[in-house]
Amino acid sequence: MVNAAMEYDYTVSKWFAYLSIIFGIIGMVVGVLIAFQMAYPELNNLFGQYGTFSRLRPIHTNVVAFGFTLSGIWAAFYYISQRVLKVSIRENSVVHGIAKLHFFLYVILAAGLVVSLLLGITTSKEYAEMEWPLDILTVVVWILFGLALFGLIGMRREKTLYISMWYFIAFFLGVAMLYLFNNMEVPTYFVTGMGKWYHSVSMYAGTNDALVQWWYGHNAVAFVFTVPIVAMIYYFLPKESGQPVYSYKLSLLSFWGLMFVYLWAGGHHLIYSTVPDWMQTMGSIFSVILILPSWGSAINMLLTMKGEWNQLKESPLIKFMVLASTFYMLSTLEGPIQAIKSVNALAHFTDWIIGHVHDGTLGWVAFMIIAATLHMAPRYYKREIYSKKLMEMQFWLQTTGIVLYFSSMWIAGITQGMMWRAVDQYGNLAYSFIDTVTVLHPYYTIRAIGGLLFVIGLFMWAYNYVKTMQSGKILEKEPAFASPMGA
Amino acid sequence: MFHWLEKRPFFFAVGVFLVIAFAGLIEIIPDFAQASRPVVGTKPYTVLQLAGRHVYIKDSCNACHSQLIRPFKSETDRYGPYSLSGEYAYDRPFLWGSKRTGPDLMRVGEYRTTDWHENHMWEPSSVVPGSIMPAYKHMFTQNADIETAYAEALTVKKVFNVPYDKPGMPKLGEWEEAKKQAMEEARKIASEMKNQDVKDAVANGEIPEIVALIAYLNSLR
Repeated sequence: MVNAAMEYDYTVSKWFAYLSIIFGIIGMVVGVLIAFQMAYPELNNLFGQYGTFSRLRPIHTNVVAFGFTLSGIWAAFYYISQRVLKVSIRENSVVHGIAKLHFFLYVILAAGLVVSLLLGITTSKEYAEMEWPLDILTVVVWILFGLALFGLIGMRREKTLYISMWYFIAFFLGVAMLYLFNNMEVPTYFVTGMGKWYHSVSMYAGTNDALVQWWYGHNAVAFVFTVPIVAMIYYFLPKESGQPVYSYKLSLLSFWGLMFVYLWAGGHHLIYSTVPDWMQTMGSIFSVILILPSWGSAINMLLTMKGEWNQLKESPLIKFMVLASTFYMLSTLEGPIQAIKSVNALAHFTDWIIGHVHDGTLGWVAFMIIAATLHMAPRYYKREIYSKKLMEMQFWLQTTGIVLYFSSMWIAGITQGMMWRAVDQYGNLAYSFIDTVTVLHPYYTIRAIGGLLFVIGLFMWAYNYVKTMQSGKILEKEPAFASPMGA
Repeated sequence: MFHWLEKRPFFFAVGVFLVIAFAGLIEIIPDFAQASRPVVGTKPYTVLQLAGRHVYIKDSCNACHSQLIRPFKSETDRYGPYSLSGEYAYDRPFLWGSKRTGPDLMRVGEYRTTDWHENHMWEPSSVVPGSIMPAYKHMFTQNADIETAYAEALTVKKVFNVPYDKPGMPKLGEWEEAKKQAMEEARKIASEMKNQDVKDAVANGEIPEIVALIAYLNSLR
């Protein structure tokens, strides 16, 4: 083994990377469209009943969360796991076959999801909209991923699991548990022999249903948008910068702390609702405690760059990753603030929540996935990244987009929350509901422009990636650390 | 201990699972032990209302409208009495929503009429100037799926003992009876509407989505 790195098989990893780019563009173009619809409602009429905000919004959330993000995560997973476990997936044809099947069934699932949502087939539960046939397919896809994960672990030469693998294991287990419990439903056709065959009714009713849904809904964020993304940064940042992870103990504390604390925090979606008071309080308190493990990871990453901050200036890839951990810190501070009861009373149901979601998903998740694909591309194709300048432009354009997005949504949310509760001198409500909608027009416009900038950045990413594949300068051997880039 | 775990993926995974499952066990199980009981007067939906609820879900009304009134004066002044757990006892799924791009609808049946909804769903800005809600004209031509609604009602009656056909509760009965009952309710709503296509459809024994939706919205009290 002269150059072990060249032995790895990236077939499945590459497929997922292509899919991530495609889904990223589809999901966020839809996102920009619905953002403009809120500022200019006549845009709802473009595609008849298939083009209204309400039909498209679940498509936006699902394609971005489960199309773009999961594909990006799995691209990274099939790359990282071979390297940190010191095995090639090609060594075992069964595991390799499972990985390929994982990909193909996932593509079918994603297509089924988009079509069914367009047709209005949905359970209405956020991020769990699929009806039971697709739920079953999801479970199959998930099991295949689990088999690939533990198959690779079983084959490993490096006995000690690297931090990234801890997070991938938690990702697999956490989503499996949450998904199964939240999607318990009874197919009505099998009970009665009547009606649509794919229709089902939730196993839980009312408040219980809400409780399970937000235990799921919040932790789907934890185990899709946080856990595997942390797995990625723990590998890619040290790898790109050539620096060892700052502290093993800090990663230990952050990992086990995150695992224990995160699941409690779901209750903060239900503050002042009809779930028992103590659960609301627990949700609130644990959300605040959650700052510790979240910041633990982020600080560990930032301190990894200690003494090497010049790289931030030189490499756009480092820029993406350092800003990603910074946005992770912002988002994990903002979330707990919104979970405080008195703040939640104002923020809940407003656009501030939308702003919070997007500084996390755009700034942290998307930036990390973009950085990961561009770190992997030179190793996939043995070529230099096509253009450093383009990547720099993408970085600044997208950063501007995110700032416009969250700042406008902060203002919109707080404005709306304040107006809903404002009273005149006699104690009567000062504004009718529509007043609190029309006042938001400028912020909705700014938000849509911010989103548009981000999407333009995605096209630059796709272009840079494709150009790297086709015409990046060929590399003699794999770069050890910093990814080489053309001008 | 951690070094030991990190070399043993099986025990590592078991450890992770125990740590993450813990919160769920403590937070969720106790509430299930005392599943919310319906408050006095809460009734399951009729078949037509349930079909309307399916229309509400199909077009994701819950993406912009909540059905949860929080216990603040500003909310009870605007939307009516705050929500009680038992009022949702027959809601499968719950439709609390997470965003109020439009107003809460928990008690919209108390202060809006069939006529208002008809105008509003056809062209929202005709009754609420400045509204950013899309028009839902397709609901006036597509038919609601009464059969699936009946199948759902029958399922929850059989599986979860929802008290259909009990004294003072909505009647479900056999499919033919249920269909007749739904038609009757639909005719009543159509008689208060002015859209001629809808009236004709109902006269022909069809139930457009808008009729079912209005039946559902009127039931929200």
